[in-house]
Amino acid sequence: MTLEVQRTADAVTLKLSGEWGVREFGALEKDFASVDVRGAHAVVIDAGGLKSLDLSGAWALHEFVRRTREAGAAVSFQGAPPDQLRLLDETLKETDAAAIPAQPAAAAGRAGGRLLTGLGRETVAFVDSSLEGLAFLGRTTVSGLGDFRRLKHLRPISIARHVYDTGVTALPIVALIAFLISVIIAYMSATQLRGLGADIYVVDLVTIGVLRELGVLLTAIIVAGRSGSAFAAELGSMKLNEEVDALVATGVDPFEVLVVPRVVGLVIALPLLTIVADLVGIAGGALLCRLLLDMPFAQFIARANEAIAPTTFWVGVLKAPVFAVLIATAGCFRGMQVRNSARELGRLVTVAVVQAIFLVILADALFAILFMQMDI
Amino acid sequence: MDPVVQVRGLVNRFGAQVVHDGLDMEVNGDEVFGIVGGSGAGKSVLLRSILGLRRPQAGTVRIFGHDITRMNEAQLREVKARYGVGFQSGALYSGLTVLQNVQLPMIEHLQLNTSALDDLAMLKIRLVGLPADAGAKFPAQLSGGMIKRAALARALALDPSLLFLDEPTSGLDPISAAAFDELVLYLQKQLKLTIIMITHDLDSIFRTCNRVGVIVDRRMISDTLNKIVDDPNPWIQEYFHGERARARLEAPHGA
Repeated sequence: MTLEVQRTADAVTLKLSGEWGVREFGALEKDFASVDVRGAHAVVIDAGGLKSLDLSGAWALHEFVRRTREAGAAVSFQGAPPDQLRLLDETLKETDAAAIPAQPAAAAGRAGGRLLTGLGRETVAFVDSSLEGLAFLGRTTVSGLGDFRRLKHLRPISIARHVYDTGVTALPIVALIAFLISVIIAYMSATQLRGLGADIYVVDLVTIGVLRELGVLLTAIIVAGRSGSAFAAELGSMKLNEEVDALVATGVDPFEVLVVPRVVGLVIALPLLTIVADLVGIAGGALLCRLLLDMPFAQFIARANEAIAPTTFWVGVLKAPVFAVLIATAGCFRGMQVRNSARELGRLVTVAVVQAIFLVILADALFAILFMQMDI
Repeated sequence: MDPVVQVRGLVNRFGAQVVHDGLDMEVNGDEVFGIVGGSGAGKSVLLRSILGLRRPQAGTVRIFGHDITRMNEAQLREVKARYGVGFQSGALYSGLTVLQNVQLPMIEHLQLNTSALDDLAMLKIRLVGLPADAGAKFPAQLSGGMIKRAALARALALDPSLLFLDEPTSGLDPISAAAFDELVLYLQKQLKLTIIMITHDLDSIFRTCNRVGVIVDRRMISDTLNKIVDDPNPWIQEYFHGERARARLEAPHGA
């Protein structure tokens, strides 16, 4: 690719040769920009030496010709101008440049004003989204209650699949994390309490902590990460693929076949997972007491029996279905909101998980206050 | 002149299922080559093998004379910059605007400044007959016909001399499909493109293709359009002379 410039008194001759393609576009633009046509009345372009000229190369030439003409010089070609220029002219004529809309002007305003409008917009969006979420929960409830009245509509196979996917396959990770967390609590409290000679209260801390709070909370957070995201991604890609529209068009309620089985499945799975987490957590505590404090298992069990009441267990497990509803609803709700693009899918899956975890912790705090008031 | 695309002895197997068994195909410069075959005949597998998305079990695939089945990723990338592909459903990146979709191959393969990128991408968008304001739209805001055109604009982003089109007119109404055929023909003549297209659309074949390759019995029978319709193979006879095709053949054709 070369561009040769010959200057006479008031004329410039450009000799083009070699291959002009999109790969040389950057260099071409630079070369053209360096051609000084000031004071020249005539610019003659000789394109006879071009081996090849693709559309991008032609565009560089076209732009140069346009600029030169605007600068007041006459441009002519030695021999016929390249065909590609004619194609460009045809294209540009057909789609008038005037049709290009101006970029929408950025909203003007002082910085303070922008902050205020931003805050307002975010607030309105938050309230809207919360209301929509509430409406979604309501619709799921109505749809679910309807299904329970007509048991045929409650899809047992689908529910079983979700119990398996969200519950059975989560067992190893839930058990492992419950074990590790109870080991951490037992270890931390043992080192502190041993100094006070209150070793025995390690049992209270581990059993009550795991049964009331940690077992269910950790399980819910793991499940929110695993299954909340899976629900949002599944439903979201079904939305993108128009599968949800296909269901509606077939006269099938997507809430009935997609949302309710997931919610019911998780409501079954999460309490069961919680029980497993409780058992493994207590076992982990007992093991650590044995290894660290030389406390026999029998003594651990005897002390645990004194420390906990049946309510300690039920307080933890009863929270699980509530958390399950929150996680499943957040996942399905965000999944169903996916529209148009893969980026939207990623964003809403993230939102689903973050909101599920937030809602679980918020609900746990409310439960703590409630149980305190009830003296349980 | 060497063939632009040359496939020799291609073998593709999935387990026990043999899709291609010694398939040969040759496409010369400056022609529109149609690939035809029944559902499951292996058109898409053939295209994927040619595009380097799939390594065949045996055989060679030469594009511009280079055997892509023996290339490493870096060499393959060089070849890929020289052809454009229009996928069946558009495969536009849903998170990018049409303009950004067209710019993506340019950004990946070339060093250009922002204004040059905008100019060149807008030129391609206008070249395929999209209104200028389509550039700022997202794929989800486009109609089916516009998506096909936007996909074509992206395929042309690097000014390739070779273009692959997978069912370019499927899903379009007959008028839009005819308009798309005309656009492809116009660009083929103006830009001297070699086009390889998979299609089921008989109108499209008769309007645009110079030569046609039919995949039957795991191999390809290819010939000029006028000759292939008289091939004695029963599938080809059924395809070009069956109930649906008869009306088309009886009408005068060839412009």
